[in-house]
Amino acid sequence: MSRAAPRPDAATAPAPAPGAARDEEGDLALQPRDVRRRSLALLGSLLRPVTRRVLTTALVVVGAQLALVAGPALVALGIDRGLPALRDGDAAPLLLVAGTYAVAALVAGVLTAATVRLAARVSQAVLLDLRRRVFRHTQRLSLEFHERYTSGRVISRQTSDVEALRELLDGGVTTLAASGLAMVFTAISLVVLDWRSGMVLLVAVVPGVLLTRWFQVRSQAQYRRSRTAVARVIVRFVETMTGIRAVQAFRREAQVAEVYDDLTEEYRAANAEAIRVNGVFDTGLVLIGNVTVAVVLLVGGLRVLDGDLAVGVLVAAVLYARRFFAPLAQIGMFYNSFQSATAALEKLSALLAEEPTVPDPERPARLPAVTGDVRFDGVEFGYGTGQTVLPRLDLHLPAGQTVALVGETGAGKSTVAKLLARFYDPREGAVRLDGVDLRDLDPVDLRRAVVMVTQEAYLFSGSVGANIALGRPDATPAEIEAAARAVGVHELIAALPEGYDTGVDTRGVRLSAGQRQLVSFARAFLADPAVLVLDEATSSLDIPGEQLVQEGLRTLLTGRTAVVIAHRLSTVMHADRVLVVDGGRVVEDGSPEQLVAAGGRFAALHTQWQESLRAT
Amino acid sequence: MPTPSAPAPTGGSVSTTRALARLIRWARPAVPRVVAGGLATLAASLLALAVPQVLRGVVNGPLLTDGDRSAVVRAALLVLALGVLEAFLVWCRRALIATPGTGVERHMRTDLFRHLLDLPVAFHDRWSGGQLLQRSMGDLHTVRRWMVFGLVQLVVSATTVLVGAGLMMYTSPLLGLVYLAGALPVIWLGFAFRQDYKVVARRARDQAGDLATSVEESVHGIRVLKAFGRGEDALEDFVRQADDLRETELHKARAQSRMSFALAWIPETTLAVSLGLGVWLAASDSVSIGALVAFFATAAVMNRPVESLGQLLAMTLDARAGTDRFFEVMDTGAAVRDPQHPAALPAAPAGGSRVELAGVRFAHGAREEEVLRGVDLVLEPGETMALVGLTGSGKTTLLQLVPRLYDVTGGTVRLDGVDVRDLARRDLRSAVSVAFEDPILFSASVRENVLMGVPEEELARLSAADTDALVHEALDVARAGFVHRLPAGLDTVIGEEGLSLSGGQRQRVALARAIAGRPRVLVLDDPLSALDVATEAEVTAGLRRMLRATTTLVVAHRTSTVALADRVAVLEDGRVTGVGRHTDLLATHPHYRYVLTAEADGGPGGAEGAPAATADVTSDLPLPRGERTEATR
Repeated sequence: MSRAAPRPDAATAPAPAPGAARDEEGDLALQPRDVRRRSLALLGSLLRPVTRRVLTTALVVVGAQLALVAGPALVALGIDRGLPALRDGDAAPLLLVAGTYAVAALVAGVLTAATVRLAARVSQAVLLDLRRRVFRHTQRLSLEFHERYTSGRVISRQTSDVEALRELLDGGVTTLAASGLAMVFTAISLVVLDWRSGMVLLVAVVPGVLLTRWFQVRSQAQYRRSRTAVARVIVRFVETMTGIRAVQAFRREAQVAEVYDDLTEEYRAANAEAIRVNGVFDTGLVLIGNVTVAVVLLVGGLRVLDGDLAVGVLVAAVLYARRFFAPLAQIGMFYNSFQSATAALEKLSALLAEEPTVPDPERPARLPAVTGDVRFDGVEFGYGTGQTVLPRLDLHLPAGQTVALVGETGAGKSTVAKLLARFYDPREGAVRLDGVDLRDLDPVDLRRAVVMVTQEAYLFSGSVGANIALGRPDATPAEIEAAARAVGVHELIAALPEGYDTGVDTRGVRLSAGQRQLVSFARAFLADPAVLVLDEATSSLDIPGEQLVQEGLRTLLTGRTAVVIAHRLSTVMHADRVLVVDGGRVVEDGSPEQLVAAGGRFAALHTQWQESLRAT
Repeated sequence: MPTPSAPAPTGGSVSTTRALARLIRWARPAVPRVVAGGLATLAASLLALAVPQVLRGVVNGPLLTDGDRSAVVRAALLVLALGVLEAFLVWCRRALIATPGTGVERHMRTDLFRHLLDLPVAFHDRWSGGQLLQRSMGDLHTVRRWMVFGLVQLVVSATTVLVGAGLMMYTSPLLGLVYLAGALPVIWLGFAFRQDYKVVARRARDQAGDLATSVEESVHGIRVLKAFGRGEDALEDFVRQADDLRETELHKARAQSRMSFALAWIPETTLAVSLGLGVWLAASDSVSIGALVAFFATAAVMNRPVESLGQLLAMTLDARAGTDRFFEVMDTGAAVRDPQHPAALPAAPAGGSRVELAGVRFAHGAREEEVLRGVDLVLEPGETMALVGLTGSGKTTLLQLVPRLYDVTGGTVRLDGVDVRDLARRDLRSAVSVAFEDPILFSASVRENVLMGVPEEELARLSAADTDALVHEALDVARAGFVHRLPAGLDTVIGEEGLSLSGGQRQRVALARAIAGRPRVLVLDDPLSALDVATEAEVTAGLRRMLRATTTLVVAHRTSTVALADRVAVLEDGRVTGVGRHTDLLATHPHYRYVLTAEADGGPGGAEGAPAATADVTSDLPLPRGERTEATR
């Protein structure tokens, strides 16, 4: 957690997708105008499904504003018409005006209440839609993306950035509609009442527009800065909490906190500056409004003296002028949250614009019944634009064969496994299952046919049973139990306080690493795939545990293709066939017995292993 | 599905004012400016109220009577001056409050972070990362917005309404009373609203936290979801949760809409009554036209503050929910605390440190079964002790008691005769180094990651060349030569924000980190599980050479790791049931033999030429009940 390296530099960062320029946040680099266009397009596509509701809301807002704006006019009417009439003994006009006011009040109340509900429905519908889209998209994106983008940043997009949009949607859209309409109505009313006063108002709009332009440019820069800063804060927070054991064990608390101080300070400074800019904007709007009121009063007052204007009209004109500018503060707030949301939308739209490097096929080939025949045809592969890991691999794994991959760390064993599970696509050549290129295979069929179990046995919060059921969500409790029995983890689970319903704690820490591996094994058993890939999946098991799994494996692997990566020869010796991999090439290939007899690398490993056992 | 990972909310019974008042600890530095800003806001609002009074003067004066043009100009200039002053005050308010507000938010955020760093691992076991993240970001954001906007605005709006009402009373007592009569039902509705809204506001924040947890898990577990093609199921769960949150938010909106109705309808209705009554009074000259105009102008100014009251109340209750959630974490005391007067770390004995576990007991929670039930174990100075036991027998837990990542619930752990609980955690942990089985590296260069194992004081004494030598030696012993082939060699950034390494590579860097500082005590949790036999043998030899003076406790699953040790301790049923040399234990300790060879008692297994791959012994494996129960913890 050094403060020297908040970001990997270009030379050390995992290479991005070929040909794509990226900014320092790892987003695809675009012209600012295109970024803004893309984020507005996202906002548009989010609002499109709720267009009718937005219009309804706007109509209701119009109604509410009409009802409210009627107030001053009715007061003016009451004074100018109702009062003289009453003095002449006719109460009818006054009663009519007051009655109308009462009706307007009720309408205003009902419509205001409706506005709140409708606005929330629009806002919440859009947020749900956005959350779903971003979540789905991140799930679709390839591992290449996740390794580059970092989990913290993905989390930041899905929490903090979505919330920034929420502020706009919650208050913003309706405020804009309500305030904008109020201004339009007020302006119209004033022009109708007295067009000269109306003109004063319209002149005042000019500096308002100029001020808004200034605000747009300044606040945009600050909000972008703020979004980037908050993502860094979140990245660091998530990394620290995930690795809290190591932080404490290596006494990194002070340093970690110091780095966090700097990051939060940057976030604070960006926010404070955005708020300051907003403050200038707000103040400017108030100033323009107040000056206008004074001018209306001056011009109108002199005209009253000249007999050009009724007193009641002047009063109304001044009231309208004040009303006209009152919503400006609201519009300023809206514009502020709009700017903040735009910065978040820029980030979100960049995420949504990422294309999976392992895309779903356009015309997926179905493969309902799989035998499990696997071929690597001239497969060449390297991560990103990095160096080649597999130079050219040709390999045939006949259906039902158990193949062990042996070789040093970095020899390319895991790469073979990941290509087979289609975590990545080859640069050249093809990986085929039953003759079908994995790239053309329907993703659902692919995942049903090929399952990979990795060393890292991640458990989700929820019950143990639910974690096993991840292998096949429609499994019955009996099937889940059968899978657990098969890998020998049933007794363990049965002894938990609530058996299969016992919740695994955060990150599954209450289960030991070995127990977690057993649970993820049970998952794979339940998934019942035609091709099973085990990448160091037994490394944390103790020997009795491994034996139990071996037992189950033997049952399971019958009639299935399996690729097993293990550094323990006890596992490897069970395989039908062993491939020794070095530098991405297969250097030895044969049954364990053949290879031991042949006296090559595998034989040497075997001797070593025998010796280590003899030491007992 | 993710269960709410937070303990039950506390502070639900405390009044909102009391709950929010606790924020003063962080807000104090900002108080003078917030008060000044509040006064500026108040003054601005009062100025706005003064305009109608000027208007009244103009209407009743020059316009209706003498027609003095200069009086009109003076009045307009006065309005202008008031307007400019108001704008200035608005600016003051923004400048005074907003910036310190962000400082308060940041201060709370960093304090929360420091507190989380201080909280023991046991706390983090219980709390999901998403919930903590949401508390540190979303909740504090809500609190800050309330503090700089909601609170001030609430005070100002309420004051504006009160002063406005006073002015109305002054202008026309009768009309003023009509207006105030409307306030009674509004206040009553406000109380009802508060009760309803408070509950849903809290629920919404909790659900947002759970949603963040789901996001976090979907990202951290992406490989599993991809391997099983479960992205769609995860999406379904997520959408269901997001939909629950939406429901709660809509519930909030319904409550707020009822309040809005009352706040829009009732005051306007009183104005309708006032209009009829006022004009009638004016007709009988009981009220001047100027007063009538002023009354309605005042009402117009009060319009917004009144309407905003509902929203501000909601904001306050939202902030209260956020504050409660913040304090739920802050109020959790660090169970693993530094002693008030920490003992000095005894000087390192020449031959190595002695570690002693006496009657050590441990349970994860008060109501949970004990994992360790009286462990007695002594590691002699410089000795390497292997810890062997079945998966889940508590080996990892036992290891973590030494650097006090967990605290014993009974008995003591002593380092050179001093109870580890009497030492400052910093001192203890600089003497005891750990390599976890699941190696966690940080977003930093390889070099920096390795050097984390070296106490700063020592690092400060070393020259750059010595430091380099240290890093190289540690990496060499851990057989992590691959790092030199990374794009930027030792300066390659690894970890979350850098290059991803394979499990075996991570393990070796983590091992290098653990040994780089040549700690007095080293605890290793199956540190070689991802290594092949040949590399393991090399690492073992290197460790033996380098760790001659280091007392080491190593969890072992395999004979090859046991070979590293001078002696072996067997952990069984929460106790140490045997300590001795590997070969002796193999001959005399059936459970030990079972753990390391999976051979049942007595029978020498052997089939297919591979001793460890013994055939079908599974069916008649002894699975003592107690052992399995133990394994669950």
